[in-house]
Amino acid sequence: MSDISAKQSELAEAAPDIPARQSLFARLRKNRLSLFGGFLVLISVFMALSAPYLPLQDPNAVDTSVRLSAIGTPGHLLGTDELGRDIMSRLFWGARITLTVSLAATLIAMITGTILGLVSGYFLGWTDTVISRGVDVLMAFPYFLLALTVIAILGPGLLNGMLAIALVNVPFFARIIRGSTLSLRESDFVLAAKGMGAGHTRILFRHILLNSLSTLVVATTINLGFMITAAAALSFLGLGVQPPTSDWGTMLASGRQYLSAAPHTSYLPGLAIFLTVLGFNLLGDGLRDALDPRMRDS
Amino acid sequence: MITHPDQHQAASQSTPPPPLLEVKNLTTEFSTYAGTLRAVDGVSLSLSPGEVFGVVGESGSGKSVTALSIMGLIRRPGRIVSGSVQLRDHGDLLTKSHADMRKIRGDLISMIFQEPMTSLNPVFRVGWQIAEALRLHRNMTKPEAAEQAVELLDRVGIGSPRQRAREFPHQLSGGMRQRVMIAMAMACAPSLLLADEPTTALDVTVQAQILDLMIQLKDRDGAAILLITHDMGVIAEMAQKVAVMYAGVVMEEAAVGDLFDNPMHPYTQGLLDSIPHGTSRGKALKAIPGIVPNLLHLPTGCRYRDRCPAAHAPCARAEPPLHQMSGTTHRVRCWLHHPEPPK
Repeated sequence: MSDISAKQSELAEAAPDIPARQSLFARLRKNRLSLFGGFLVLISVFMALSAPYLPLQDPNAVDTSVRLSAIGTPGHLLGTDELGRDIMSRLFWGARITLTVSLAATLIAMITGTILGLVSGYFLGWTDTVISRGVDVLMAFPYFLLALTVIAILGPGLLNGMLAIALVNVPFFARIIRGSTLSLRESDFVLAAKGMGAGHTRILFRHILLNSLSTLVVATTINLGFMITAAAALSFLGLGVQPPTSDWGTMLASGRQYLSAAPHTSYLPGLAIFLTVLGFNLLGDGLRDALDPRMRDS
Repeated sequence: MITHPDQHQAASQSTPPPPLLEVKNLTTEFSTYAGTLRAVDGVSLSLSPGEVFGVVGESGSGKSVTALSIMGLIRRPGRIVSGSVQLRDHGDLLTKSHADMRKIRGDLISMIFQEPMTSLNPVFRVGWQIAEALRLHRNMTKPEAAEQAVELLDRVGIGSPRQRAREFPHQLSGGMRQRVMIAMAMACAPSLLLADEPTTALDVTVQAQILDLMIQLKDRDGAAILLITHDMGVIAEMAQKVAVMYAGVVMEEAAVGDLFDNPMHPYTQGLLDSIPHGTSRGKALKAIPGIVPNLLHLPTGCRYRDRCPAAHAPCARAEPPLHQMSGTTHRVRCWLHHPEPPK
């Protein structure tokens, strides 16, 4: 026995020193597409963070003498909108609103949905019946109708719009997490953890939640992209951010009327939305691969 | 006053230490759509400290369900219908609250599972998982528990334990993972270890190492082991007492030497006959004909009757009781050995 373990330790010492784990970034870097996604996300995050510090013009300063000026106009690099407001500055400041709203809404939806999914998938029985049927009811509504209903009750505005799209996305997370909880609760390591004396809370929030984490990260990043479009859509309808503050959705809405005369007033914010959503989706895919512990060594 | 010699003898016989674990009449049922099946039907066992008690039987004979019932880990749709599980100094485990059982599991009673490949959580480092057992029961700080985990890995014979503790389960081989499972189970030096086919998933050379390791740790901590297996060889090597289970009941129970030298139940004889020997080279392997009966549709009378080469008239009439052979600890559930079989 002892000479066997001695041999084993010799072998282990003789083996070349393999790094125990690569950093998340190193693993992510192998996937070019997700790297590109991360780059797009970084740009929009940079826009949001740097807006107050860059020498940008006041995004709400109206100057009717330069209405709808084209891209490349001196002083207005990306042109101006129908009220002569600088589009570049508005894109930077709009990124703040768009990203904050979608990030906050995603976090609210993720936390609520995850807890509901974990609890319903783990305890089953009537707990599951109540939660799952509630989730089913939420899902039965066309999602935008539900958001509009919430806003009709709470009134339009930044915060209410955020709550509305958060609520709409709770079922998305609850379903995903319930599914993975259902399979994980039957796994041998959960039984082994119970055999070790672990309680429900520990099993749920450590053993099961951490095993669902890669699913959750992917779901969250992809949902973030979706939330950006949802937030923009609400603003587009004038139910989200209220003037004079504006995000990419309101810019898109106001530019729409001048689509033929000055297309850049709508396609610039549209492009910003598109690229950011694409970035989050690509990043989400890459993160899934990078976070999977089984792929760490390869 | 003169003490009667018989009385004196009786007094000295009543002194052996009380058993560590005494399972009486344990019955566990599962409700299915097709009906209620009894996976464990009135099983009684008793283990002394430091003893290895083997439980053998085919798949589906109720071995694992017995162990899970003792641990209180039977999940719906299963439930323990009757019986008692007395743990010395702690009373009946079946009447304990969930919170009390959590304190007992992993501390006083631990379990080693059959599948080392899936019994470790893939997202945690193995050191963390061992430390978790310590932190649950020993109130240790994280660094203390981590240090202790490295020590435990060393004790179960894992080379360069400090490095291994930082690895994930998928980086270890099956044998090493089972060592980690044993380290987890032994972390709090439990007085009872339930080992559910601990070596079934491992190759033969590793099996011997793991069994050796369990014996070493048992001797060190004075733990009793309930060893569940379908391998008669493992029983012969490890156990002092054996119970042979079939379709949820104990068919025969005896000291290990007694059982191998003098198997009384036709089922035990069949199991022993089906072990290949050196002399059986070139011949077809012997097997017991048939399969374990469906627990929903047990035959009337003796449940082994359908497959038994010695079945005769009384076997169909009533189920034989577990009869203790006079003067021994050998117990057998068969009308062949019962003084009064039904006419």
